[in-house]
This record gives sequence, structure tokens and C-alpha cells, in this order.
Amino acid sequence: MHPFAYVAPVTVEEAVAVLDKHGDRARPLAGGTDLLVKTRANVWELDAVVDIKNIPELMTVTVGNDGLSIGAGVPCYQIYENSEVAAGYPCIVDGTDIIGGIQIQSRAALGGNLCNAAPSADGVCPLIVHSAVAHIAGPGGNREVAVEDFCTGPSQTVLKKGELLVSMSMPKPPANFGAAYTRFIPRNEMDIAVAGVAVSLVLDPSGQNFESARIALASVGPVPILATAAGDSLAGKPVNDESIAAAAALARDAASPITDMRGTIEQRRQLIEVLTGRMINKAIERARG
Amino acid sequence: MVATFEPKTDYKVIGTRPIRHDGYDKVTGRAIYGADLTLPGLIWGVCVRSPHAHANIKSIDTSAAEAMDGVFAVITGADMPEAPDKLVDLGEGNVNFKWASNKLMAGDKVVYRGHPVAAVAAVDRYTAEEAARKVVVEYEVLKAVTNVVDALAPGAPIVLEDLVGDDLGEDVTNTNMAEHIRHEFGDVEGAMASAAHTIEREYNMQMVHQGYIEPHNATAVWDEEDRIKIWTSTQGAFTARTQIAGILQVDVSKVKVTPLEIGGGFGGKIPVYFEPIAAILSKKSRRPVKMVMERVAVFETTGPTPGGRMIIKLGADANGKLVAATADIWFEAGANPGAVIGPAAMCVYAPYEIPNTRIDCWDVVVNKPKTAAYRAPGSPQVAFAMESAVEELCQEAGWDSMQFRIDNSSREGTRRGDGVLFSKIGMEEVLEAAKNSDHWNAPLGDPPAGKKRGRGMANGYWFNIGLKSSVNLAVNSDGTVMLIEGSTDIGGTRVSMAMHVAEVLGIGAHEVRPSVVDTESVGYTDVTGGSRTTYATGYACWIAANNLVDELKKRVAILWDISEDDVEFSDGVFSSKAESEKTIDFKELAGKLADLGGPAISTGSVDLESAGDGFGLHIVDIDIDTETGKTDVVRYTAIQDVGTAIHPSYVEGQLQGGAVQGIGWALNEEYYMEEDGSMANSSFLDYRMPTSLDLPPIDTILVEVPNPLHPYGVRGVGETPICPPIPAVANAINDAVGIRLYNTPMNAGSIMKALSK
Repeated sequence: MHPFAYVAPVTVEEAVAVLDKHGDRARPLAGGTDLLVKTRANVWELDAVVDIKNIPELMTVTVGNDGLSIGAGVPCYQIYENSEVAAGYPCIVDGTDIIGGIQIQSRAALGGNLCNAAPSADGVCPLIVHSAVAHIAGPGGNREVAVEDFCTGPSQTVLKKGELLVSMSMPKPPANFGAAYTRFIPRNEMDIAVAGVAVSLVLDPSGQNFESARIALASVGPVPILATAAGDSLAGKPVNDESIAAAAALARDAASPITDMRGTIEQRRQLIEVLTGRMINKAIERARG
Repeated sequence: MVATFEPKTDYKVIGTRPIRHDGYDKVTGRAIYGADLTLPGLIWGVCVRSPHAHANIKSIDTSAAEAMDGVFAVITGADMPEAPDKLVDLGEGNVNFKWASNKLMAGDKVVYRGHPVAAVAAVDRYTAEEAARKVVVEYEVLKAVTNVVDALAPGAPIVLEDLVGDDLGEDVTNTNMAEHIRHEFGDVEGAMASAAHTIEREYNMQMVHQGYIEPHNATAVWDEEDRIKIWTSTQGAFTARTQIAGILQVDVSKVKVTPLEIGGGFGGKIPVYFEPIAAILSKKSRRPVKMVMERVAVFETTGPTPGGRMIIKLGADANGKLVAATADIWFEAGANPGAVIGPAAMCVYAPYEIPNTRIDCWDVVVNKPKTAAYRAPGSPQVAFAMESAVEELCQEAGWDSMQFRIDNSSREGTRRGDGVLFSKIGMEEVLEAAKNSDHWNAPLGDPPAGKKRGRGMANGYWFNIGLKSSVNLAVNSDGTVMLIEGSTDIGGTRVSMAMHVAEVLGIGAHEVRPSVVDTESVGYTDVTGGSRTTYATGYACWIAANNLVDELKKRVAILWDISEDDVEFSDGVFSSKAESEKTIDFKELAGKLADLGGPAISTGSVDLESAGDGFGLHIVDIDIDTETGKTDVVRYTAIQDVGTAIHPSYVEGQLQGGAVQGIGWALNEEYYMEEDGSMANSSFLDYRMPTSLDLPPIDTILVEVPNPLHPYGVRGVGETPICPPIPAVANAINDAVGIRLYNTPMNAGSIMKALSK
């Protein structure tokens, strides 16, 4: 492991300055559950590790009438144990409480999960179906990027030299909204997704028709995939097996998996279809309360 | 001559469940494992490893590493002594020093990914890692062979150019085939031709790892007198010493091995890896050198048990009696010869009485880590093939497979596939217990929505070994006894050994204080492996305790001024034959020993050829999600002839642990190899062993058929239970969803694929 400097700034500006100075030889440290592994394995050779946990706006969860904002360094357990988050954003809880075990969840941050940009990330698809936006600070000022556009490839993101993810925010869900995330893993816990599906949807007041839907897919492409056609196919359709099966088939088409040690192309496509159907049904259940 | 013993049941200590003597230290973190050790002036060693599975080394430049601040020594294969091409018995498996040395540090060629090509010792671990990255190695990459079929194909890349294979006694060269053995009895072809029902199937398995939590480690001091002190986590301090001395080409008396607590071994901590390297680094740096392996290297360079290919053919008559069987077995040795083909041949037919049998086995070298012993080495593989084939034969012929196993069960006098005749064994008793078990007779019940449920069962067998053990006893003035043993304690053997002594002396298990000591503090003791420790070291404890009783009778004779022949001993009390009211108990006597001739000590040692065979049968219920192929194990029962359970909790633990490892092997575990010979899943994240969340409670039924070869009837129990789970799961999958899987792992993807056909 290459020796590095440990920096613990207390403002976003200081953090950005250090990151800008070192470029890709510096990385922000939130929970460290990916950073420590990659650094010890010499995947990253770092000169500076920038601990962002002393910066207040990166460590805050805010739930209000305008929606939910989660600081980039907030650990998973502070998200899923927040009763307001659990009540209004159950899909975010679905994702954060299956990342690793208790020890990992006590440190790992949802923002870190996003910046790590693994196609299999359990935290990212829930953000996408909640229409979350990433708030980025950088030497050139602040900007916002839709979460579905944040990852650009395995371990690659839109973050430029010196830029830091500050928070993710998402609008307050409308009435008759439901959302859910699940993944397929060979074991029951402590595993990495072979395929994952998040679904959010809005039903009409009768609860019998879809008004809109968003479907996002994990682990079946170089980045988490927003399956637009699959989600859009549900808009205006009645809630029945046929419309759900059609959306599931479109989600399957949107997947572009590879064969690797975790699963084959065919297995992953089928899993996407199966899990999409299951998550649409679970989201309907939640939407109907 | 082999002594035999009558079964007893009226024990005071044996069969109870005292807390293990090492328990508090282990649960509080006080126990010292290899990675915990520190010494004054300690520095760290790190290996430089090959990124290629098969390559010639063109050059190694260590100058930049040597020039780094904080670096004390850099070594390469040129620093390894020339070790002789000599086979030495390690108790469970052999070692050839030439191959063993080459495995630890490459000469001019690397033959598996992660093969060490150099090692660095530096002031701390990170400096050593940095220095290791500065060692420049130029390779000529060669095509890798990673399975037995490719390795034996014409024109295959040759892993070891100087390998001379033994093909049924004929030398062969320019080959990856290290050995071909055959066992044949009766008229196999004739019997097979006459069989009313036959079945022939091929099975393929992937290499799997023991998966011990604690990585390999070693700390070494090579001192000014050329004495080498080693601290390490090992299954056998003496066999580690044998290997270290052989690889370093020094006398065994020059090497002192201190075994530290061990965080799992399962056979994989019999071979040495870092010990000789740390010793050479210490010699060069004149400092204590410590090395602890990274998890990736544990997977890529240590341990595994062979994958391979097996073809089984069975023939039975119209009445459902087996008349003939053939088995062709190709196992991966890894990068050096020595796959466990001998044990595979011993085990394949063991649960059955079959009059006409043939077994052919091939030991095949491939560009993967050299395989090591893993819990019943070779037997789970052949159990998967044999027990799957038996089930399918019964299905095709319309026979009840439990009744078939009973009708064809091996028993006293049955000839094993390699020719050995069984003495008193418990296969029939196990089958009887299984047939009458609650699990076997319980209705399957309804699975959750979307899932299908099935039940499977299978037999398993391990022969168990005896070999050499030594113990010393000494009486303390407070009535306790120090028990000094050479068997490293992996599965609770300290307490089992203490219970042997306590039973003889009529004292409590906690009045015996067991210590596992170094190679200069007790007589030679073979590995903790082969399911031998409770059997053989326990036997030595029994001898030592009886010797101690004899010694103490002399002291009582002094006390009462009578002949020692007039002293009796029973239930912890010495008495006079002549005057029965004259008694003294063990504790009181211990307090008087200082005036009765001084310290009382005794020893016991054994070298046991026979051990007593172990048979088991497991029953498993599973649910399969037919849309995803996911398997959930919902009920499990392990039934086994355990001889006599000295400490039933640890016997049950062995059955449960074996079952769990077998379930993991059945469902998910595998070396997932890339084309270039690298292992893609060399982490606990992607090498999917089951966690506690993946398993139901594992029920156990201990069948006790006392082993006449042991004073308390002990049989080895640790290995048999990993054999039945793989075929039991395969049979349950078949029962649940009607598909028959012939390859491991039987993971969700394989099940989904088979279901979609």
C-alpha cells in the first residue's frame, strides 16, 4: 500500500481545494468500505485521503415538504433508521439496509455507494427511481446531475478534477406512490447483486391504473440502467398481469449484461424479468397502502 | 498386534459436555493466533507473486527493492536450497521436498498464478509491500491448462517439463499425467454384462477451497547457532518441522516449531508455505521475520481440493443387488503432483458391498494451486458421483433407494474398492437410524408460494487414520494434572484429551489442564487431521493416565508401607486390598507426593495402524424458487456412526460443520477460472461459502457403535460428514424439480438453465 496523507477538512471549500490539488491521486473518504479495500489492493495509489465526515452538509439528512436530502457521507444505518425516510421513501430503505452487514452499514455511505459507481450498487437504483439529483461542488462552482446520469462506466462518474459529491436530493413522492427494490443474490445476505431491480410508480386515485412508473436495473450493464421504455409502458395501463408482464419483458430488453463469475447473460436477463414483475407488484402494494 | 476392547457405557466423564479449556481465551480474544505474535525487533516479509498462471521467468531485478529505505532482505528462488526429489509421509498425505520447495518459490518457471518469485523483508508490512512492487520480473507467458481434460489432450502445454508420470507402473514423460492407479476385483465385465439394470454417468466438479478464516502465517528466527525457531498456525507442529527441515536442508533438531492457536485448517494447514521463506529472510536479515498471507493469496496459492471428472457405471441384478461397478476418476493435482486419488479409490464404493469392481484414477497436473488435504480428501467428490448414480439407478429400476442402500450395505467383512476388508463398522446401524429418523418419516410439507420442495439423502464414508501421538502427564500438589500434548487443537481436542485422562484418574475434566506445546517439549505427534486426534492422541492419553495410576500405586505403597501389588485403584480412590477401610483419593494423595518420592509423571505414546471406519448418511429438504433457481436448505439431518462420543457437543459440531461445508460445495463454491488461469473469485465476497443466514439448524443423530480398536470406542468423526451433503443436495434438487445435475456447483444459474430446457 502506497503511503498517503490523511486530510480532514471541515468545509466543502477546503475539501475541494485538496481534491483539486491532487487530482486522481486523492479520494474522498466517507465510510471507507470501498476506499480501504481498493487502496490496500493497490487499485488506487493515493497521495491524499480526504475525510469528509467533519463537513456538516455532507453528514445531514433532511426530510421536509420539498423532499428528502441525504448528505453524501451519511452512513446507511442513519438512513434506514430514520422513521421519516422509512415512511416516505421505503425504496431507499430497501437499498440501504441490504448493503453489507451491520458493521458495513454503520460506516458505508449512500453517497459513497454512488461515487464507487459499481453496476451492482444496491443504493443507486432506488435513488434513480426516486428521481434523485446529485449535488456536486467543485473548483468551478456547484452543479446538479440526475443520478441516472451520474455513473459513466464501472468505477467511473461525471465527477471532474476537484469535484465532490455533497448530497443527493429527491422530491417528495405524490399520493398513491409506491416504490421497491430487490436484488438476486445466491446467498441470503452479505452478497453482491447478480441482478437488481428498483421500481417506483404512481397509481390513479382508484388504485386500478398506472399513472407513471420508473424502473432501474442493477448489475446488468456497465452502469445502473434507467429502463425508460419499461417504465413508460405502464403509464395509463390498467393494473393487471398483462401490463406488468409487458413492462417486465421491456426491462429484460433494456438489460445488457455480461457473463462473469456472478452469473451468465441469459440468467441475468431472466432475473431482470422476474424481479421487475415482483417489484412492480410490491410497489403497487405499497402504493395502495 | 492390535489390541481390542470391549464396549463400555458406565462412564463418569466421557459423554459429558464440559466447557473447553481454551474457550474463555478464544471468546475474549486473549488466545494468541499466528497474526497476534510479536517479538523484539520483528520485521515483516512479503512475497512477490506471479500475475501469470504459466510463464518462464526471463529475469528478476531486485535492485530497486533492495535500495529502498527500511528493506532488510530480498530473496528469490536462487536463495532456496536445492531440495531432494524425495517423498516423505506426513501422516495425511505425502510431501516431495523438491516439489514442495518449488511450490513455495519458483525457480525459472511459474506454474500457478500467485506463485512466489521473490520475497522482501522490511521494517513494516507496508514498506515490504512497496518494496515488493519494485521487484521487476520479466516473464515469457505460456498457455495455461486449468482442467484435466485440457491437460491430457494431445499437444497440451506441459506444466512440469521434468515430470515423469507413473502409468500403472510404466514411466511416461512429456506429460501432465503424474500417476495412474487401478484396483480391480472379480469379473467386472462379465458381471456388468449379466446385470439386469445398469447406469453410466459422467460427473464434473470444480476445485474448491477449505475456506478457513485465518490466513496462513509464520514468524521465523534463524539464530547465530543456525537454529531455526518458527511460530505458526499449523495442524501439526512436527510435520511442519519435517517439511521446513527438508526444504531448508537442515536436521530436524535444528528446527523448533511452536504451534499457535489455529483459526481453521480442514487439511489446508498441513503444508507449509511461509515458514521456510520467513526463515531464509530471517537468516539474511538477522531479524525475526513475520509473514501473514493476504486472502487473495490464500485462495490463489494454498489449499484447494481437486476438481475433476468422474465416470461411474453401476450394474445391479433384477432383485436390486449391486453386482458390478466401475469408476474412472481424473483429479486435478494443481501445479505439482499429488491429487488425492488414493483416498478417492478407497472411498468410492465403501458404503456398498459390490462383488466385482474396477477403479482407475489419474493424478493430473494443471496450472492451479497445488491441492492440499481438505476434510476427507477425495471422498466428497466420489460420493457425489456414486450417490447420484445410485439414486438414478433406483429411479430407473423403480426401487426404493433407502431399501436399496440397506440391501447393499457394507458390513464387517465387506471388501472395499481397494481390497481392504472391513472390521466392525456401523453402516447398517446408520441406515437403520436414518430409516427410523423423524426427518425421514416426516411429511415434506408445503413450500412457500412460487417454490417447490424436495428431499434427498446420501451416504458418506471416511476411513480415518491412527498414526503417532505422544503425551506427558504430571501431577500438581493440588490434585490437578498437567496434560502436555503435541496435537494442535482445532475442534476442541484439548477438552477431549483431558476427558480421557480424567476418566481414568476418576477426577473432573477441569482438574486436567491440557497444553499444546512446541516440538521440543513433547514426543513426536502426527497432524491434527485424518480424524485421528481424539482416536490416537486420546489413546495415548489413556495409556499415560494408566501409567500414572501405576506410578501412584507405588506412592500409596510407600504411604501405607505395603506392597504396591496390594494397592487397588477405582473411581479416583486408592485402597488397600488387605484392609479395605484404608483409602486415599487422588487429590489427597497428590498433596502428599512431595514426601512420597517426589513428582509423579507419566507418558504415553502410540503408533496406530488401524483406526476404525466412519459411515454417515444425511437427509436434506430444500425449496427451489422455480423462477430464479435459488435453493434454500430448509431442513437437514446428519446421521453418523461416531463410535463413542467423548464430548458430544464437539462431535455434533463436527457433523454440523462438515454438513455446512458440503452444502456450500454443493450449491455455490467453486474456483471460477478465467482463460488465462487466474481465479476470478478470490475473495469471500465472490467465493460463496454459506453464512449462518443461509442454513437451517443442522440436526444430528449420533449412532454409537463402539470402535473395538480404542479403549473407549472412539472413531474419527470429523471428515465423514462432508461427504454426503453434495449428493444429498443433488438428489433433493431432483426430487423438487425433476432435473438431474451432474456438475458442481449446483448454483441458481445451473438450476435455472436446466429448468428452462
